[in-house]
Amino acid sequence: MRLSPDQIIFWQHGFIKLNATIVFTWGLMFVLAVGSKLITRKLSKGLKRSRWQNLLEIIVTGIEKQIEEVGLSQPQKYIGFLGTLFLFVAAASLCTVIPGYEPPTGSFSTTAALALCVFVAVPFFGIEEQGIGNYLKSYVKPTFIMLPFNIISEISRTLALAVRLFGNMMSGAMIIGILLTVMPFIFPIIMTLLGLLTGMVQAYIFSILAAVYIAAATRVSKVRPEHDANIEE
Amino acid sequence: MLIDLFTVIAQVLNFLILVWLMKRFLYKPVLHAIDAREERIARVLADADKKKTDAQKEIDEFMHKNREFDRQRAALLSKATDDVKAERERLLEEARQAVDALSVKRQEALRNDAHNLNQAISRRTRQEVFTIARKALTDLAGTSLEDRMVDLFIRRLRELRGEEKGLLASALKTSHIPLIVRTAFDLPPAQCAATERAIKETFDTETQVQFETSPDLISGIELTMNGQKVAWSIADYVASLEKGVEELLKEKDKLEDKAGPKPE
Repeated sequence: MRLSPDQIIFWQHGFIKLNATIVFTWGLMFVLAVGSKLITRKLSKGLKRSRWQNLLEIIVTGIEKQIEEVGLSQPQKYIGFLGTLFLFVAAASLCTVIPGYEPPTGSFSTTAALALCVFVAVPFFGIEEQGIGNYLKSYVKPTFIMLPFNIISEISRTLALAVRLFGNMMSGAMIIGILLTVMPFIFPIIMTLLGLLTGMVQAYIFSILAAVYIAAATRVSKVRPEHDANIEE
Repeated sequence: MLIDLFTVIAQVLNFLILVWLMKRFLYKPVLHAIDAREERIARVLADADKKKTDAQKEIDEFMHKNREFDRQRAALLSKATDDVKAERERLLEEARQAVDALSVKRQEALRNDAHNLNQAISRRTRQEVFTIARKALTDLAGTSLEDRMVDLFIRRLRELRGEEKGLLASALKTSHIPLIVRTAFDLPPAQCAATERAIKETFDTETQVQFETSPDLISGIELTMNGQKVAWSIADYVASLEKGVEELLKEKDKLEDKAGPKPE
């Protein structure tokens, strides 16, 4: 039984291979990039704007608002990474309605890659925001004893991110596949709709968790002063 | 194997490329457009606020001017009303004074007219009375009257005393022209002689006496010499009476003037 689109290999040359995961990812990348380019080609800065532009603006401002609500005070700085995470996962789930399509997020390699990106992005933004010293100090807080637990926490949550997304996406595709063999009418459609909902929820969860981790890394040493400032206000 | 290392690396790269692409084609343009729109809306709102403020300011200014204008208009109207009242009072007062003056003048004119008429009537009456008297006496005058008159004259001459007599005597002595005796009618020689004798006896002189006739005397005899006169004539009586009546009338006029205009 095929658990991952990684197993559909179109071309291979030693270590380098071109499997369905990579191909569908390229497809999604092409659709997202070209679609954005086409819509943003004629952006209106006035009060009247096209429906497509309106849709894009709603999506972008929605993401921006979510990031801000998580606690990141400069959402425009993180929207490139977090927004792309959400859009990629959401688009990968949405496209499951296309027959013959295999979501790249159903591959553990893809989810692991995304989780790795988050794993790197968290210290990257943390160090950028508060300096390497302060960031590293956050691992020994409140006491030095907490250092191994903090490190384990970092790794385990990254693994959890990857496994959670992979499990949900893979199971969704697999359930539809099993149901098609058992009862090929109507029920698979309902499950596909449910799969769409699950995919959107997973996209939201993935990007929000990433945002929370980044927020935690960038706000560690700033919590107290900002809190005090809020009280003063 | 669920995980493929190459695929993981490829997907990481793919994801980073996608991040760059999305930043380039989606987030930047859209956010830029949104910012530009927000800025424009903010500018429009600020402009509208400014216009509103300006409009409010203009409204306030206009209201203030309106109130000021109303106040000035009321003040001007009040002043004009007062002026008109004052002018009316003045004109009325002038008219009243003019009417009074005219009335006084008219009364004066009427009184003058009445006075003149009275005078004219009295003068005319007087003249008529004296004319009638003169005429009657002239008609009555005759020789016998002349005789009696000469007698009276002679007696008066003889009765002259004191200063009058002295004055006449001194005039007779210094005069070189003849003494003139005037009568209304020609005297008979006897009476002329008697008169001449009486003169000579009275003044004790030899002066020549010349007799003349003067109808103005009505009836009488008159001796004049060097401004001095001794006479008896009806004309004298009449003239004396006329003088008395005139004095009486003048006195009456004076009394009327003192009493002032009669009330209307």
